[in-house]
Amino acid sequence: MSNPIKSALRAGLFRAESAWDGLVGREANPMYHLGAMSWYFFWIVGASGLYLFVPYDTSAARAWNSIEYITREQWYWGGLIRSLHRYGSDAMVLTMMLHLVREWLLDRYHGARWFAWFTGVPLIWMVFSSGITGYWLVWDELAQYLAIGTAEWLDWLGIFAQSIARNFLTRGALTDRFFTLLIFIHIAVPLFLLFAMWIHILRINRADTNPPRQLVIGTSIMLVALSLIHPATSHPAADLGRSTAILDPDWFFMALYPLYDTKGPAMAWGVSIGVTLLLSVMPWMALRRKRSSAAEVLASHCNGCGNCASDCPFGAVTIRPRQDGSPHREIAVMQPDLCTSCGICVASCNKSNPFLKGDPHKTGIDLPDFAFDLVVKRVSARTHGLTGPGRVLVLGCDHGAVLDHLKGHSVGVLSLPCTGMVAPSVIDYALNKDLVDGVLVTGCRPGECFHRLGPEWTAMRLAGERVPKLRGAVDKERVRLFWAASTEVKALSRDLAEFRVQLAEMPKPERPEGTARRVAE
Amino acid sequence: MIKPQHIAGQIVAYTAFALMIGYFASRPAYHHHAPENALLKLSLTHAGQRVGECKDRTPEELAKMPPNMRTKQSCGRERNAVTLEMDLDGKLVFQQTARPAGLSADGRSRFYDSREVPAGQHVMRVRMRDGNNANIFDQKAELTVTLEPRQVFVVDFDEEDGKFSFQ
Repeated sequence: MSNPIKSALRAGLFRAESAWDGLVGREANPMYHLGAMSWYFFWIVGASGLYLFVPYDTSAARAWNSIEYITREQWYWGGLIRSLHRYGSDAMVLTMMLHLVREWLLDRYHGARWFAWFTGVPLIWMVFSSGITGYWLVWDELAQYLAIGTAEWLDWLGIFAQSIARNFLTRGALTDRFFTLLIFIHIAVPLFLLFAMWIHILRINRADTNPPRQLVIGTSIMLVALSLIHPATSHPAADLGRSTAILDPDWFFMALYPLYDTKGPAMAWGVSIGVTLLLSVMPWMALRRKRSSAAEVLASHCNGCGNCASDCPFGAVTIRPRQDGSPHREIAVMQPDLCTSCGICVASCNKSNPFLKGDPHKTGIDLPDFAFDLVVKRVSARTHGLTGPGRVLVLGCDHGAVLDHLKGHSVGVLSLPCTGMVAPSVIDYALNKDLVDGVLVTGCRPGECFHRLGPEWTAMRLAGERVPKLRGAVDKERVRLFWAASTEVKALSRDLAEFRVQLAEMPKPERPEGTARRVAE
Repeated sequence: MIKPQHIAGQIVAYTAFALMIGYFASRPAYHHHAPENALLKLSLTHAGQRVGECKDRTPEELAKMPPNMRTKQSCGRERNAVTLEMDLDGKLVFQQTARPAGLSADGRSRFYDSREVPAGQHVMRVRMRDGNNANIFDQKAELTVTLEPRQVFVVDFDEEDGKFSFQ
């Protein structure tokens, strides 16, 4: 990453997330599930909104009273639901904005990921529109302020035949029909939002839309407690004959309104449209970045097993019937536009095996810029000449902790596009051929993987929970996982040192006599 | 299994989360208008008079037209831009000329202004030019009004009565 400010911010993010991990435990850290948390808050807001819709009175004269009835007469139940509706919405704005900033800091917005980023931008408008129209429905002084401000803001465009602000000019100007229209908008926009959220994750394989149970339970308790201790209440009823003076706005939704009040509609439109346009074109502002070639399927080696399609984080591989006379019924088909060149599919292919004969090593799906054969050759090269007890090969990724400084007489390093590209058979190979005494696998921490799912798939493969599995005969004591962000170089060094001590204390493995140490090219 | 220290940490973290949401959901307070002031709104939509005079059609011209279109006068669609001015206590506080809406400039001209004024007695003079004579104002009105704090006072134009309205 070339931008030093962004690099510093990203390092700060990693440190903050590490500290948060230490405080609450990794499973309960919402930073790794911000998108999923937004989904969860959406469901809370939707469910509580359904309840509020029933007793709400869609009339100018009785809207405020019906909300007061829900809040005070149905207390605690109605008031609790109303508070959950409000605080759930606020929490959704918070997690959504954090999600946006975090994805930008982690550079997850360009290349094949443009679609998720681009389709995420309208979601911001929809969430804010839903929230603002919801506040109108209360029809208190805050609603009056928002209604008039929004109407004046929209009128400035001059595209409406009638002035919207004139609906709020005098006490008699506002009709019940306006509230009927308003509640229709307040329901329709979230429905469109749900549809747009589905589109947002359409090109993401196994999108994280359900936060871990710990987070769900903890957040739910937090929201209920907040609702009981500090319930949402209304301002005095709106009165179009009296101006609004001192207000208690919901700043999660209304931060732009003071800008409109002080700088006028042109500035408010300029900022909102400008930010929207900037966000929308950001994926293409990163054009200077070199984009690696997409993975390619080698038809002669593909047996259509589907592992690559299952593992690809972005659904870039699909399995289709094959018609080339092969005994295999299906074949993997790449969609290059969706490929991030992570190499996870290469490791998932059961033909990515250095024990299989062939030079070069061919596999069913491969990266043109970093072929599996090159991985095998580099493993041999980087382990060639390692001496001493506790010889270790460190396999890592280009986005986690930098590995170069770990190199030494007993340590060889190999950085891959993603740790998910580490085929278990490569580890087996390095140990079986006595190239090293142990293999340390590192990379981005789960949830921070630049390519998505690399650490998760790798951990499951090495634990024998996901194909291709690390062979049962491999001594698991000689394979170690240590996820390290780019800021955790020292921690990785310490772990490597511990691992080497542990390896040095282990007895030399017995090998069949015919197993010769492979000499690097 | 959650570690005990993580339970304590989660309590701290969720409390911080709740405080953040609870606080910014209604604080800090925002001062929109000064409570001691009134609000004066000038809002009207008004179609200016047609540009040029209407011309009477001759019987021959009417006979050539389809029966459903035989109106006695032929008038242009375009309307005049409307100029609106307002004085408050002898001082000009609003002056704007708005062109008619629509591609053919045959719609209404729109004005909107909202301003705080000190509560108390004020003299307002409003004038509007919507005709073909650029030297005169076709509508004028003057009013002395006493405004209460936070009162919203609206200056509009009543199209039915053809004169300014104050409410």
